[in-house]
Amino acid sequence: MTTFALKGKLKLLMTDLQIVGQQMAELLKKQNADYIEAHLEESQFSSISYRGKQLESISKTTSVGGNIRALVKGGWGFVSFNDLSNLQEKVALAVKQARFVGKEVSHFYESKPIVADVEAKIIENPATVPLSEKKQLLDEYNEAIWSTSGIQTSNLGYSDANKKTIFLNAKGSFITQERADVTMRAVAVAAKDGEVQQAGLSEGSRDDFRPIRKLHKDIKQLAQRAVEMLTVPTLKGGEYTVVLDPILAGVFVHEAFGHLSESDFVYENAQLKEIMTLGKVFGGPQLNIIDSASRPRLRGSFKYDDEGTPATKTYLIREGKLTGRLHSRETAAKMHEKPTGNARAINYRHPPIVRMTNTYIEPGECSFEDMIADIKEGVYCKNWYGGQTSMEMFTFSSGETYRIHNGKIAEMVRPVMLSGNVFDTLMNIDAIGDDLDMNQGGGCGKGGQSPLPVSNGSPHIRIQKCLVGGK
Amino acid sequence: MDKILALAKKVAEEAEVYMVSSEETPVQFESNRLKNTQYKQSQSVALRIIKNGKTGYATSTNMENAQKLVDDAVATAEFGTKAEFQFPSARTFPEVDIFDAAVEKVSLEQMTQLGEELISKVTQYSSEVICEGGVTKGTYTLSIVNSRGGQAGFRQSVFGLGIEGQLIRGTDMLFVGDHRSSCHPILKTDEIVKTTIRQLELAKHMAKVTSKPMSVIFAPDGVTGSLVLPLIPAFNGKTVLEGASPIGKKLGEIVFDKNLTICDNPMVPYNTASRPCDDEAVPCQITPLITKGHVSNFLYDLQTAARAKTKSTGNGQRQGGLPTPSPHAFVIAPGSVSFEDMVKNIDEGIIVEQLLGAGQGNMLGGDFSGNVLLGYKIEKGEIVGRVKDTMISGNIYQLLKDITAIGSDAKWVSGFLSTPSICCANVSVACR
Repeated sequence: MTTFALKGKLKLLMTDLQIVGQQMAELLKKQNADYIEAHLEESQFSSISYRGKQLESISKTTSVGGNIRALVKGGWGFVSFNDLSNLQEKVALAVKQARFVGKEVSHFYESKPIVADVEAKIIENPATVPLSEKKQLLDEYNEAIWSTSGIQTSNLGYSDANKKTIFLNAKGSFITQERADVTMRAVAVAAKDGEVQQAGLSEGSRDDFRPIRKLHKDIKQLAQRAVEMLTVPTLKGGEYTVVLDPILAGVFVHEAFGHLSESDFVYENAQLKEIMTLGKVFGGPQLNIIDSASRPRLRGSFKYDDEGTPATKTYLIREGKLTGRLHSRETAAKMHEKPTGNARAINYRHPPIVRMTNTYIEPGECSFEDMIADIKEGVYCKNWYGGQTSMEMFTFSSGETYRIHNGKIAEMVRPVMLSGNVFDTLMNIDAIGDDLDMNQGGGCGKGGQSPLPVSNGSPHIRIQKCLVGGK
Repeated sequence: MDKILALAKKVAEEAEVYMVSSEETPVQFESNRLKNTQYKQSQSVALRIIKNGKTGYATSTNMENAQKLVDDAVATAEFGTKAEFQFPSARTFPEVDIFDAAVEKVSLEQMTQLGEELISKVTQYSSEVICEGGVTKGTYTLSIVNSRGGQAGFRQSVFGLGIEGQLIRGTDMLFVGDHRSSCHPILKTDEIVKTTIRQLELAKHMAKVTSKPMSVIFAPDGVTGSLVLPLIPAFNGKTVLEGASPIGKKLGEIVFDKNLTICDNPMVPYNTASRPCDDEAVPCQITPLITKGHVSNFLYDLQTAARAKTKSTGNGQRQGGLPTPSPHAFVIAPGSVSFEDMVKNIDEGIIVEQLLGAGQGNMLGGDFSGNVLLGYKIEKGEIVGRVKDTMISGNIYQLLKDITAIGSDAKWVSGFLSTPSICCANVSVACR
């Protein structure tokens, strides 16, 4: 192979994804399937991590790939690839697979084709901030941790991604979208007499590096908290009146209810459909839960989902009653509802599935002071560590926990895991604060696709009789 | 690969090229029927260089843009960490069987039949169960070359078969199921069906639990989330070097129950976690971690080993970035007590099969906590029914110090863990 030929091909691979997209569009039109679409993606990542006082790794990654998804008689075929050659074979394979599977009738909500070019509205692109500046910032954060006495080690993880995606289908949709993401994680570990405690934070941002520059104070507090946690007591396990801060309440709404509202769990399951009948009462009249990719500039925001459906704002619960759910085009068609623009894939290696975007509890009117005023003995949980759900049951864990004693925040205890049953717990929310805040630091995992950029949020909320793990 | 290496050697003192490619064919079932089949092709190349004594690193899915890869690696090397190790020169690798050509030959029709058979056997037992299932075959190829003449590589076949059943009554949801993987094709569904049906049987009736400390049997799947996850960072040579591992200063000392023996074993033939070399061309080995309760080794990659003035244990693994110490496959030695006898000896306790919420919280300190997603109550030596709305929590350094019994029922939970059931006394149990 001559150098010239190689260069020519590279240009095609690295910069002219549009041309590949046009070739693909022609191929898709020739196929005999009930529905067929393709995704192409080009991305660049950089990441820096620290362990202890030293920089641990710094790396750059570039990735190009795509997939084809075909539907024939209710059966799906899916082919993903890095190798952009022989596209025709790949398209044919996806159709062949779908034909192998399909024995029934296809259900798919089709709309008019959309042609759009959505550029990212970048305020400050993390990818163009020089490595030296990023390293300087991380050095400052590490110093904030290490200047705290009692720290045993620390862990910093920074990463950013620039991504360009093309969605196209046989009906003529051709949507190009761009986004820039940045995430930052810090963990401080304190140790004494063989005991180890850790405290962490996660921050994320969309199309804007600036929030990542402002974490000095939070990281300093985090280090102090890790040290303090070594000496504080462990809570006794059992049921408590629990107040959650906006960050942890956001994780709660994501785990406890958000996943249950994803229709791919429901659409072919008669019993779950029964449980999730619209109009059913899930909580008190003050409870409103929303998922909205159309809220601007959040990690879960976008203009079109990965099936080319425009983003919407969906009320999942309104005044305590079930009013909506999250759909892909297939689940919407099967349930005779409209797609909500929630079909998402973490990258081209996976087909789009029903996912959350920005999920939050709408603010109410209760002030934080009023919320805790009449709690004799309770628990105040702040920040998050993680969460998991099996739809009925959910768990989520706090990063910072205090006792509430006679209406006042009292002493710190070790972080706890909270757990419950969604059908009881939503009913047990009896106060909703006036101070909505969105958590941008998380990623969501489902069906082997993790982490998907999402955000979640809430005002402070109070839950009666919440199960807390402990001694 | 050689071309990338040659280009890199022009600008750096040392270089290493690492390449992986895979092909995977998953067949998936939803709501008791075939839903989709997929074919996934992927490839990526990673370049690690040492330039002016510092490490640079870049990866790409594009095999042909060698210059861009080298440029990216050079850009990062300016800020990179000091390389304290040398790439390994040519070595001999242990023989471990991880490829069976029969996997590739399993047809889509056969895979579909396997999935259908799993689902029909489970739904024959209980017609209300709604199943998801998956059958996957694939091959994975790895090759590494470095500037010191070191090279390594292997080709692995992988086959997986599993089912998850959902039983909903009112708002009560029960999840059951089992999964197996191997480098051989798995063409029999019996064991997975048997496990799943047994779970349905044991969970037929609900049992009452009260909040108090009690004996807990961690069935093999339950061992993973609660007892094993905290051990991963504890045995990581990096955590040890930082002084953050609770057992870091206890090499050779007895820290756990004298009947507990655990090793990292990537040598088991046809296990999906087995391999002849790690991700930096160091030969794999069996590394004892806990020997009769004594802490016997920690796990190292090249860089961490150099810093700790020891040798790599062949545990350099990449999760998208630079290699870092990570276990291949934990094997917990079985004991002599049968599962049935373990149950018989408990007056009041619970069995944990699946725990929801594993890996959250202060794992480094050994803490675990979770909601019992699938578990049963034991009363007077008998399993009386399913446990729900119940949380367990504890600290593994306290629980594993004094183990009541280690079962003789060792099984592979995933390619990563082989464990028997483990019974511990006085585990905190909280419920509604």
